[in-house]
Amino acid sequence: MSARRRFFSLLAGLAAVPLLPARLARAQQADSFASVLKKITSGAPVKAGRVTVDTPRLADNGHSVPFSVSVDSPMTAADHVRSITLLSERNPRPLMATFHLDPAAGRAHVATRVRLNGSQRVLVIAQLSDGSWWSGDAEVEVTESACLDAT
Amino acid sequence: MVARVHLPPAAKRGEVIEVRITVQHPMETGFRFELGGKPIPKNVINSLLVRYNGAQIFRAELGSGIAANPYLQFHTVARQSGEIEVSWIDDDGNRGSERAAITVV
Repeated sequence: MSARRRFFSLLAGLAAVPLLPARLARAQQADSFASVLKKITSGAPVKAGRVTVDTPRLADNGHSVPFSVSVDSPMTAADHVRSITLLSERNPRPLMATFHLDPAAGRAHVATRVRLNGSQRVLVIAQLSDGSWWSGDAEVEVTESACLDAT
Repeated sequence: MVARVHLPPAAKRGEVIEVRITVQHPMETGFRFELGGKPIPKNVINSLLVRYNGAQIFRAELGSGIAANPYLQFHTVARQSGEIEVSWIDDDGNRGSERAAITVV
């Protein structure tokens, strides 16, 4: 390799360095829904059912949408809900929250308030103590989106 | 940071009780900008832990999809009198905790 070529390859290397973190940051900002779902379940099949999602059909304000989840489970040491994950199809970060339940919770029910970037389908997946994944969803119409700066 | 833990003041042993938690926190998404155009860094409560007399009963990993001043509601079984303690940490490393007493008859 000539000195000139080495010089140019060094220049190219220098130019690439600051680009990389910027690209990583962008990738972090817009995670794809499918990749997030796959990462959580590590590719395991998710069956529809047992999970009931309760949200208002029409949410006036996407900044704070009441969100409640129940899973059909006896909640015993042998058969209980291990975790409940809230996912959004249109938020820049699809993973909204994960709740880890205790076998002694008595009832597999959690509620919170979420941010939604526009009208969309929200998906909740629950992992039971036997390792199986179940899902439930709901459609929410959002009049005022939570993300006005980043759509 | 201010938080509130709502519990029934008294419960029967073995009864399923509802625990409601609110924490005062802006839950900055990282997608907002100041008036000058400078981005406001992401800062959310990323982890919240609930203990009942020292034993963990609930854990939440939160993201920017949770509304400001996060509200959480879940259940547990009243076992013995004592206290329920909530502790959390945000992206800036700020920690907080709050506790509430419960009487089991």
